[in-house]
Amino acid sequence: MKIKTLMLGWEFPPFISGGLGTACYGLTKAMDRLGIPVVFILPRAMPIRLTAGGELAGTGTFGQHYQTELRNIRLRAVASTLTPYAPGQSRAAANWRKTRAKTENGVDVIALEEATGANYGPDMQEEVYRYAVRVMKAAEGEEFDIIHAHDWMTFPAGIALATQTGKPLVVQVHSTEFDRSGEHVNQRVYDIERQGMHAASRVIAVSNYTRNIVINRYGVPPEKVEVVYNGIDFNGHAEASYAGPRSDKTVLFLGRVTMQKGPEYFLFAAKRVLEKMDNVKFVMVGDGDMLHRSIELAANLGIGHKVFFTRFLRGEDVDRAYQMADLYVMPSVSEPFGIAPLEALQHNVPVLVSKTSGIAEAFRNALKVDFWDINEMANKMVAVLRHEPLHEMLLREGRKEALRFRWEDSAARVNDIYHEALGVG
Amino acid sequence: MASVCFYFQVHQPYRLRHYTIFDTGNDYFDNHKNGEICRKVANKCYMPANQLFLDLIRRHRGRFKISYSTTGIILEQLKEYAPDVLESFQKLADTGCAEFLAETYHHSLSFLFSPSEFADQIEAHRQVIYDLFGQRPRVFRNTELIYNNAIAQAVERIGGFDAILAEGADHILGYRSPNYVYRPPNTSTLKLLLKNYRLSDDIAFRFSNRDWSEWPMKAEKFAQWVNAVNGNGYVVNLFIDYETFGEHQWEDTGIFEFLRHLPTEILKHPDNDFKTLSEAAAAYDAVDVVDVPFLVSWADTERDLSAWLGNAMQHSAIRELYRLEAMVRASNDPQLMDDWRRLQTSDHFYYMCTKWFADGDVHKYFNPYDSPYDSYINYMNILDNLRSRCSVVAPTSPAHDHPVSAMSA
Repeated sequence: MKIKTLMLGWEFPPFISGGLGTACYGLTKAMDRLGIPVVFILPRAMPIRLTAGGELAGTGTFGQHYQTELRNIRLRAVASTLTPYAPGQSRAAANWRKTRAKTENGVDVIALEEATGANYGPDMQEEVYRYAVRVMKAAEGEEFDIIHAHDWMTFPAGIALATQTGKPLVVQVHSTEFDRSGEHVNQRVYDIERQGMHAASRVIAVSNYTRNIVINRYGVPPEKVEVVYNGIDFNGHAEASYAGPRSDKTVLFLGRVTMQKGPEYFLFAAKRVLEKMDNVKFVMVGDGDMLHRSIELAANLGIGHKVFFTRFLRGEDVDRAYQMADLYVMPSVSEPFGIAPLEALQHNVPVLVSKTSGIAEAFRNALKVDFWDINEMANKMVAVLRHEPLHEMLLREGRKEALRFRWEDSAARVNDIYHEALGVG
Repeated sequence: MASVCFYFQVHQPYRLRHYTIFDTGNDYFDNHKNGEICRKVANKCYMPANQLFLDLIRRHRGRFKISYSTTGIILEQLKEYAPDVLESFQKLADTGCAEFLAETYHHSLSFLFSPSEFADQIEAHRQVIYDLFGQRPRVFRNTELIYNNAIAQAVERIGGFDAILAEGADHILGYRSPNYVYRPPNTSTLKLLLKNYRLSDDIAFRFSNRDWSEWPMKAEKFAQWVNAVNGNGYVVNLFIDYETFGEHQWEDTGIFEFLRHLPTEILKHPDNDFKTLSEAAAAYDAVDVVDVPFLVSWADTERDLSAWLGNAMQHSAIRELYRLEAMVRASNDPQLMDDWRRLQTSDHFYYMCTKWFADGDVHKYFNPYDSPYDSYINYMNILDNLRSRCSVVAPTSPAHDHPVSAMSA
């Protein structure tokens, strides 16, 4: 049986600001290749040239593009200012929307800033429910068998739709409030996450690490929580390496500069590395609410001249950052999956990741440390920078292993889960 | 005639402690863990197995015989952590039915990197065997049964040996059987004894495997396989890790019961007997020359060196280690020398093996590290410290060129 999905997703290129967008897009593309029909509902803050819930095809540039490329996917935009990351968590996410908004006329920039003005402010809550109402409307004309919602902001829409139509709901958890906020969880967000997980027939977690949080922190029955790892679009070819002269070694941090990503541990470890080696630079790529604090911290540690902050980069600049790097470090305090290390390997950079990540459980050819273990993190950084055979093995074996993370496998597993949720063979 | 020749390998490495680039101490070894493992293996394997073999030797009044190769460093550890095991080995030696072989004291790969170190370690091992067991070993086995023509020739040059052991790998034997005595090319008297890997592995690996068509394997059945060798060979060389008994094959698999009944079953056939390895070498003439120009070992299906020297990290670590040899010798510092030698133990390089890492494999059981990368990092940090000690001892010298002058400095 061919199951038709109504997917409540996030971000399509070229506007991808982080892991959630990348994952939704990668999964959806692979489902398309496997011939699984998907109606993809996309929140979009653009000026509304179409009626609410109206079809995007033929009106916006990117909508048109993907209508032709992905044969089994229908993309529908729903007017909404929701972004996958809470503002402050991702300056970048808010920024591109703002710049886009300015280039396209007729947008209410002020309203946009309001909507993204504070950490999960009341407007955010309202927007989540406003979005749900619009999704209900958009879905009226659609035929589908199952609803698939990605992360908490789409959960209320998913629940409402499932209640109204009687179709089963599958929710996919790419990150939880505990990942984003540590122990200082926002109760309302937590409640929405919990409702979504309990209302769903099946919960997809992006790792066992996340699955355990879903079970232990949200009280979801273990038998309905499945793990589906993310993939990566990886053709196995080597990216061009930076050819210029290089006397210094470079260690790269690339990600949102937020509490969740552990930027301060990176800096503490950098300080220790510099006690042992002088010819090392540390590059921090990304924006976030801990950026200013991180710059100050580097200065206070006396390593300001060795740490370079590039802010948010995109496209070729990201490629260049990777090309300069000898080691990629992901010191996340809590990382549900972590696609970035796989991307680093794709760019010929070996990786060191924190043990509190999905990738650490799923991937062997990476160095692993506890994010708080500054000494050990520095110890391993020094080893990679000093010992070429280690660098070479991590890279060669790592690239080989990264090839195994295929979106097609993830999509096929998701399709199986749909069948289970519908109780069909 | 079918002579069953048991040889048991007894070895435990000195495992390293966690050592970061920020550590500065000279204490490289995890004494706590080494003691704990040594006592655990002593309780599960060494003590009950030694007692069993002692009983069997007494019961069969000289007709049951075995051979052991005990590395120098396991003997050191037994002395410290489980002296009762050492005593029971001495009792076995006293029966005259247990032969002790020679190998490199530190279970090293020294032959491949330093012929003089290789010779020194064999000498040190012969000495400790004589001191503890009153025997002068006549048979040599190299670490992990690593073998080729050159090793046989080197061992003959070192002198004092009647035979050397190797894996009876198909690719060196071809159509020939491991159940005869052979000799290496270009040697005069040295004989070559080859492991019968099928029958050895039936005990060491397959014994408790319920998917194996021969499970359960009783002593009677195994004896029949040995009887079948009569007429097709003289020896059945069963070379087995001693930890097989009680540690790899737990007691509840019935492995000890199997051993208890085996001698009786084997000896039921009038043409069978048990021999130590030097007795087997003396009893039978070599039937052919086996030419082994390349290196073989007893490890894994590849029977090659890839478990210890299969990747760039392993090569870099061992190269750096032996690069320090001249400086270490020049230092004339026994503690430094001992540390350097303990770092030669092949297990350290085995932990860095990435061969089966991808499949999350059997080797994990023997590996104290989470990953081969961690093992390499730890090892290189220790080597870094060891190197700094060398340069303190001999600060100015390109010591490897002038060891004598450096020594007097």
